[in-house]
Amino acid sequence: MADFMQQVVVGLSSGSIYASLALALVLIHRATGVINFAQGEMATLSTYIAWTLTTNHGWSYWPAFAFTLIASFVGGVAIHQGVIRPNEKGSVLRVVIVTIGLLLAINGLVTLIWSGEVRAVPSPFPTRTIEIGGVAISIQDIGTIGVVLATVVVLWLMFQYTKVGLAMRAAAVNPAEARLVGVRVTWMLSLGWGLAAVLGAISGMLAAPSVFLDPNLMAALLIYAFAAAVLGGIDSPIGAVVGGLVLGVGLNLLGTYVDFVGADLRLPGALLVILVVLLVKPSGIFGKTEVKRV
Amino acid sequence: MSRARWLAPVVAFVALAFLVAVLPSFISAFRAQQLAYVAIYLIALIGLNVLTGYTGQISLGHGAFMAIGGYTTAILIADHGVKDIWTIPIAGILTGVVGFLFGIPALRLSGLYLALATFAIAVSMPAVIKRFEGFTGGGSGINLFGLPDLTASLTPVTVLGRELTFNDWLYYLCWTIALVGYVVAWLLLRGRTGRAFRAVRDSETAAQSSGVSLPKYKTLAFGVSAAYAGVAGSLFAIATTFVNPDTFPIALSILLLVGVVVGGLGSLVGLIAGAVFIQFLPIWSQEVSKSPGAPAIVSGVVLIALMFVLPMGFAGLLARVRTLTKR
Repeated sequence: MADFMQQVVVGLSSGSIYASLALALVLIHRATGVINFAQGEMATLSTYIAWTLTTNHGWSYWPAFAFTLIASFVGGVAIHQGVIRPNEKGSVLRVVIVTIGLLLAINGLVTLIWSGEVRAVPSPFPTRTIEIGGVAISIQDIGTIGVVLATVVVLWLMFQYTKVGLAMRAAAVNPAEARLVGVRVTWMLSLGWGLAAVLGAISGMLAAPSVFLDPNLMAALLIYAFAAAVLGGIDSPIGAVVGGLVLGVGLNLLGTYVDFVGADLRLPGALLVILVVLLVKPSGIFGKTEVKRV
Repeated sequence: MSRARWLAPVVAFVALAFLVAVLPSFISAFRAQQLAYVAIYLIALIGLNVLTGYTGQISLGHGAFMAIGGYTTAILIADHGVKDIWTIPIAGILTGVVGFLFGIPALRLSGLYLALATFAIAVSMPAVIKRFEGFTGGGSGINLFGLPDLTASLTPVTVLGRELTFNDWLYYLCWTIALVGYVVAWLLLRGRTGRAFRAVRDSETAAQSSGVSLPKYKTLAFGVSAAYAGVAGSLFAIATTFVNPDTFPIALSILLLVGVVVGGLGSLVGLIAGAVFIQFLPIWSQEVSKSPGAPAIVSGVVLIALMFVLPMGFAGLLARVRTLTKR
């Protein structure tokens, strides 16, 4: 039982990283109606910025963390204003292709600047474990879960109780009417991209200490984040968080206890589960069913 | 319907076929091989456009259908001694059936969820192939080079009195199938079926109220689309003379979507440009700069710039030129 609990905690830790990236995808999907394929690469770029500040410029961890978040926010807003907004007319696929272009370009940029070498990233949390009720839990895992949950709470408070949050929700739900009541819709969408970039940066910086940093850090994580977002419902922020945590725990238990699955079939196994969920509930667990009009 | 309406495309097509037929005399065997890949991409893009451009069902998993076609061909040639050209229709039909069957559960999904479901299939494919090692050769793959059933791989083959090396043979094989596939798609899409596909794309509810059966036409679109991808995958296996799980990565599926959008959603003629684009973009990017990372930057920037300049792809450019000349 102790072993089982330990696997659950490890799963929650990786699940919270999926959750923050999935939340970034959901934010952008709600704001712009597209899936941002570059989300993972944007997060990788942010993580490299944090790594450079701490390793090459001698910053201590948390100031570098804060600076990176601000830089990511500005970068996200700039990407929306610069290349996404001008391409929003016409087929949705046009923006999707732009994000694929961004994926290639940012990945190339990171490789060009920092080379493809694998780097070790220091963790802000001690790696020793503490024992709670016979279960050994690493402080790093607790820290990861804590940071993500804190972020989610802050975001939720912002959306529920601030004027900007209300304006952002209005812009996502009904852009035309929001504009009529004076919401600057385009800037709200940019804000959504900025926040998504911040969330991505958080997931990247939390993931890097345990899996090492290289230009393809987030490629695999992005697929798990997709899966988490779809599982929860691509329009539901709560769904993304729950989806991420469920996926993290589920994958870990599946890989540990089902021999046939092992390490190879972890990902396909998870995706199969998600396909089944989608077939039963096509808009995800927390998603709203769309009503269509002719 | 005036005569000019079908005359112009037929003349253009005959000119294209003629160009394709004489081109190998003027280019190197290396270029011929590159152009064979263009034909393979063209086949896959036609299939994807039937589904995504005409029927409005976004697929991010066509690389997986290509993998099924490719492995069908490789297994038939290597383990069962079937002549390579006979494996192509088998791969097409088998993949088509798989696509049709996948279309049934996919009926419940729409838009982004379908895109992600197909994406999931494509992501899982390499791991699934690795897992069933006895059947697929696992991670080390299946080698076809030098097998007697792979035409022209060791000695040149004589076709219609002309001796063809492997690359030239490959070129003619791929382009013949691509042009036939092009005509078949054109015939399918211009008639009743094509109209039904477009009706489904424009509004499912409206299509349904006008008596278009959604299950019938969506699964049909999936089947046809997958059959094209299967044929393309089969030719891909023959062209590379080797398949392993990484022959059909997720990047291939994404590349195909790029090709369709760059070519033009809901257009056949634009796809030729789309196929050339996805084959040569990486090669051109390499020529600009070889330092690590630089080619990817070039590809990405070109792709973004293209969406600014040609929002409707090359087909949109063609339409614009056409309206200008008509005035």
